[in-house]
Order: sequence, then structure tokens, then C-alpha cells
Amino acid sequence: MPDVNDPVFGPAPTAAGADDDLVQLLTPEGERVHHPEFDLDLTPEMLRTFYRDMFLVRRLDVEATALQRHGELGLWAQLLGQEAAQIGAGHALARQDFVFPTYREHGVAWVRGVDPVALLGLFRGVDNGGWDPHEHGFNLYTIVIGAQVLHAAGYAMALQRDGVVGTGDGERDAAVLAHFGDGASSQGDVSEAFIFAGWANAPVVFFCQNNQWAISEPIEKVSRIPLYQRANGFGFPGVRVDGNDVLATYAVTQAALKRAREGQGPMLIEAYTYRMGAHTTTDDPTRYRLMEDVEHWKLKDPLARVEVHLRRNGLVDDQFFTDLAAEADALGDRMRRECHQLPDPQPLDIFDRVYAEQTEELAAQQAEVATYLSSFADHAPAGAEGGAA
Amino acid sequence: MATTTMSMAKALNAGLRRAMEHDSKVVVMGEDVGRLGGVFRITDGLQKDFGEDRVMDTPLAESGIVGTAVGMAMRGYRPVVEIQFDGFVYPAYDQIVCQVAKFHSRSQGRVPMPMVIRIPFGGGIGAVEHHSESPEAQFAHTPGLKVVACSNPADAYWMLQQAIASDDPVIFLEPKRHYHSTRAEIDDAATPGSLWASRVVRSGEDATLIAYGPTVGTCVDAAAVAAEEGRSLEVIDLRTLSPLDMGPVEESVRRTGRAVVVHEAHVNLGLGAEVAARLTESCFYSLEAPVLRVGGWDTPYPPARVEEAYLPDLDRVLDAVDRSLAF
Repeated sequence: MPDVNDPVFGPAPTAAGADDDLVQLLTPEGERVHHPEFDLDLTPEMLRTFYRDMFLVRRLDVEATALQRHGELGLWAQLLGQEAAQIGAGHALARQDFVFPTYREHGVAWVRGVDPVALLGLFRGVDNGGWDPHEHGFNLYTIVIGAQVLHAAGYAMALQRDGVVGTGDGERDAAVLAHFGDGASSQGDVSEAFIFAGWANAPVVFFCQNNQWAISEPIEKVSRIPLYQRANGFGFPGVRVDGNDVLATYAVTQAALKRAREGQGPMLIEAYTYRMGAHTTTDDPTRYRLMEDVEHWKLKDPLARVEVHLRRNGLVDDQFFTDLAAEADALGDRMRRECHQLPDPQPLDIFDRVYAEQTEELAAQQAEVATYLSSFADHAPAGAEGGAA
Repeated sequence: MATTTMSMAKALNAGLRRAMEHDSKVVVMGEDVGRLGGVFRITDGLQKDFGEDRVMDTPLAESGIVGTAVGMAMRGYRPVVEIQFDGFVYPAYDQIVCQVAKFHSRSQGRVPMPMVIRIPFGGGIGAVEHHSESPEAQFAHTPGLKVVACSNPADAYWMLQQAIASDDPVIFLEPKRHYHSTRAEIDDAATPGSLWASRVVRSGEDATLIAYGPTVGTCVDAAAVAAEEGRSLEVIDLRTLSPLDMGPVEESVRRTGRAVVVHEAHVNLGLGAEVAARLTESCFYSLEAPVLRVGGWDTPYPPARVEEAYLPDLDRVLDAVDRSLAF
């Protein structure tokens, strides 16, 4: 271990960094502050939209967690506490941009128009991703940590070859948003993605949600420097933003994406936040973190500060919150109802899309299974020989 | 081009060139594939003619090469990735088996992954550690990947173009020791057979030798020697390892009653085990002897000075034939 009191090199740097590293536009107390580089002029409507989306996505998360607790989902990856990072980043995207999410990007999925019920399929075990990535510009969730960050770099390289970077046409120029967590920042694939993006000057924005925990491993033990500073070593800019400040995440991501679309290359955003829930519903964070830390971060809640700001400035009335609560209840009702209605895949379906061009071997296995299943008179699957639908 | 005589290395180069001319979405990616033309010169001259956007000298990072190729394929490109040597593919193993192989099924068919991963494979060139391996079983065991191996210049030329045109990801294995050792006529105007088909290379009646890639030549030589001793051996080049095309193999073994599978990879759980199991299931009553396997021993690939003791050679193949005929 390095000597933190080393007389020559001074104290070892840490992953925490200094407070003045942070881009913030709305304080935890709901006060609007300004930043010399990243600032915004938002309409009240946009502020209300941000709040509404965060509120509904929090409800989405609560409902999905409850569904897991009731045995309807095998697993759920909670986003509690990370709503601002995701809603801010999601709203910064242009229609033609493409997102490579982790398995926790429910807020970005929401902004990209992915049906919340479709998000449940993977966790319920009825599919491995129930939406069309191309329709939403939002890739399927990737379970292997960090693998998708390379895909993002490659997709950005393809955008360059398609001539939709740096043309000056704002409706056409596109960029890629690559999500990953502080845990994934230890993966080789993430570093390789930085290398490739720098090498290609690819239009990709790396968006690291540093929720400070890789399951039970704190980022303090993993990184000697704030994660955003790693960008310097790869030759592109990095910036740390208050991940609980939706205005700041929106402003910084918007600027980074604009820069990428214009052909100025990659950028790393570290959204400094905190995972208020567990890593997933199988996790027990009480075994490894202090309740007082959680209490501390509750004071920085992403929704509360926007609510205070909206109320204090007279940008909403009580009816807004009443309507929103009703909307959230309706969303919860729908999620609970439609989760049950997600159709189970049929045994014969698993053979169908392994390949674009089916193999004779697999077709034969499928036929064998169909024949076998058909031998059970009461359990013949749809489409099986001699079976009833 | 019409009919031209060329080595396997030149045939692969010509096949790549033609695929790139035919489809502007075909891009070549890998370490040193541009200015150098690849360490084996398979991509020689392509960057000069097609530009750096289509023939990319990438950073030295195998997972990065394959992972970024995934992103390019998602956008409609057809990346042809070069892994410099077989033993270097493992840093990319996760991307290949967890990402490349699964995108089509995971996305319910919405995201095809038309990618070719070229791997010079096998030994016999006196190389240092990690330069002579045979990882085919690891990929053939992965649903979602297709795996093929060429054994001669004509197949190299056609199979590579067919693999690139395929909408499925293909692991394309090239027997590096035959890059320059064999030459053959290639008729550019010919109509190639299916990529997913095995092929009878030499007809025979007494036993069937089943091989692919570098051991096809070994088996053909063994059959020629056996013929001088009055034994008629049939040689089949599997060509496609996943899916396996067992039709011609089964037809042959039903006729000869004897089969010897020959590959350089470790025998334990290798392709030979799969072929033997399938022949046992499909040809049990025709077999006069158990299906025998000749392959690399279940050791790490040895230092080059003793690789001859590891690689299946003509004598080991003929010894197995003797054992089969002795049943």
C-alpha cells in the first residue's frame, strides 16, 4: 500500500475528488446555481417534464421491486437514487442518437419510449430483451459488465462511416451514449473502448454512473483518482457532474453529445451519485455499508430538490402533484397487470432465432422436441406434430 | 480473373478483395491488417485500394476489435475481423461467445450479427508459445456461432466470400501452415457449392478418414501411401464444423464400416468426439470397428522442437487405420 503521508508525493489521491470538481446547477436545497461552462435556460415545462419522468421512473422501480418480492420477477436491478442521472442523460439525446445501456438504465429506456412492461421480460424470464433496439435507438440490456461499451464505440465508428457525423446538419448528425457503472470501470473492455474511441475520434459519450458500489466493493478501494480524470489518460475530456442533479446531467450530456455529433470526438461523463437501493434484489447492502451514508445521501435526493425548486418558484400547483400521483398509480396498476400477461415463450421457440439461417441440426433437434412433447397428449405445444394449440 | 493458380494466402486475399468490391459494407479490422497487410499478408494491398475507413489497423486489443465490430455490425456493416494467431483469440473470447454469438437470439432476430472472425490456426510452423493452437471446439460448442475451416486455395477463396455474405457470425479457420505450401487453380466464374457442406476429397472402400483444415492434406497423403499397400481409404473434408454436415460422412462410413477422425486439436472433447458419437448413433449397425480418433495430445501445445510428436502425421493416421482394420 502507498504511504498516504509520503513526504515527497504527498497524500495519495482518492476516488472521491474535491467538491469543486462537480458540475451542479440545482443544489440539494433546490436553489438554482450557475456554472461557467455548462449552463441552461430551461422552460418551466422542461422542469416539470424532468420531475414527472423521475417521479414515474421511481414508481416503475418500486413496482418492479415489489413484483420481484412477490415472486413475479426472478430479479430486478434497482435504480433508486439514480433517476436524475438517467432522466437528464436521456433527455439530452437526439432522436437519431443510439444508446448502449447497462441492465439498470430504466430511466433512459423510459425517455426513449421503451414500454416499462417490456423491461420486465428479461427479469421475469420470458425473453432476453423485449424491445426493438433500432426502433428506440436503445440497445438491449447487457448483463456482462462493460461489454456494451465496446459496442458503443463500434457503433460510433459506423456512424462516422455513414457520414452522419460533423456534417452540420443537426437533424442528421448522430452520436452514441454508452452507459456503464463504477464497477464496470475496472473492466478491460471499458478501457479498450476508451482506446478505440480515442483512436477513431468516434462520436461516443461515455456516461459512467458512479453509484459508488460494485455490489459490495466501494469505488474508494478500486480507484486512486476520480473516475472522470481517467479520460485524460485516453486523450479526451472528462467531467464530473452531480448525478443527483437532473439539470446538470442534462446540460453536461447535451454538451458532450453535441460535441460528439460535431465530430470533436469522445468524452467521459462521471455522474457522481449513490445507489440508494441494493445492487439487485438478491443483494443485502446492510452487510457492507453504513446506514449513516444512506441517510446522508437521502438529503441529496434527485426528486426532492426539483420539487422544492418547482414549488418555491411557483412553477407548479398542488394539482400537478395530485395528477402525477394518479398517473403513477395507473402506471403501477398497468405494470402489475401486464407483467402477468407477458406470454411465456414456448419450448420450440428457443430453436428459431439462434441463427439468421437455420441449420439442419437445429431444425432436427426442434422437430425431435416437438415429437417428444406431442407424445404427452395434454401438454402438446402449439405447432407440435399432432398437438393442439 | 477467370482461372488463376494461386496459393491459399493469395486466394484468401482475392476472396476478401472480391467481397469488398461486391459489398461496400464489408470492412476489414485487425492488428496490422492495413499497411503491413497482416502478419501473413492475407490483407496485403487492401488498405491501399479500399482506404483506411474500410481496412482498419486497429489498436492491439482483441476484445476491442471484436467488441467494436459488434457495434459496426449493429449498424449494418459486415466486419471481417482478423485475429493474428489462434492463441490470441482468448482475450476476445467473452465478446465472441457472450455477445457475437447471442445477439440474434437475444434480440429475437431483430439484430443479426453478420461478422467473420478469421483465425490462422494449427501448428507445424515452428512457432513459439500461443501461435499454434486449435480452438475450434470451443467455438463449435457455442450456439449462435458457425465455424468453418478451409483446407485448400479454392475453398479458401469461395468459403471466405460465402462466410462474409452469411447473415450469421462465422469463425473462419485458416490452416496457417498451408498458406503458402499449396497452390491450386481457382475459376472465378465457377459456382461454388454450399458453405455448410462436407466434401469427399478422395474415394475409397476400406475405411473413411475424416479431417478438416490442416489435417486434410495429411489424410490425403496417408491415403496415397495406403493405396500403395493395397488399401483404399476415403478422405472427407468436413469443411463446416458447426453446423456439421454428417450426410456424406455417414454415407461413406456405412459403406466402409470404418472411420478415423483426424484433427490437430486435443482429442479430449474435440470435434472427433462429436463425429464419433454421431457415427455411433447413426451408423452403429454398419460399423466394423469403433470410430478412432487421431489428434493432438491432451497437453498444452508443446515447444516447437517437439511439435512433430504432438501433431497427427501420416504414420499415426496409418497406424489408426491398421487398428481399425484389425478389428
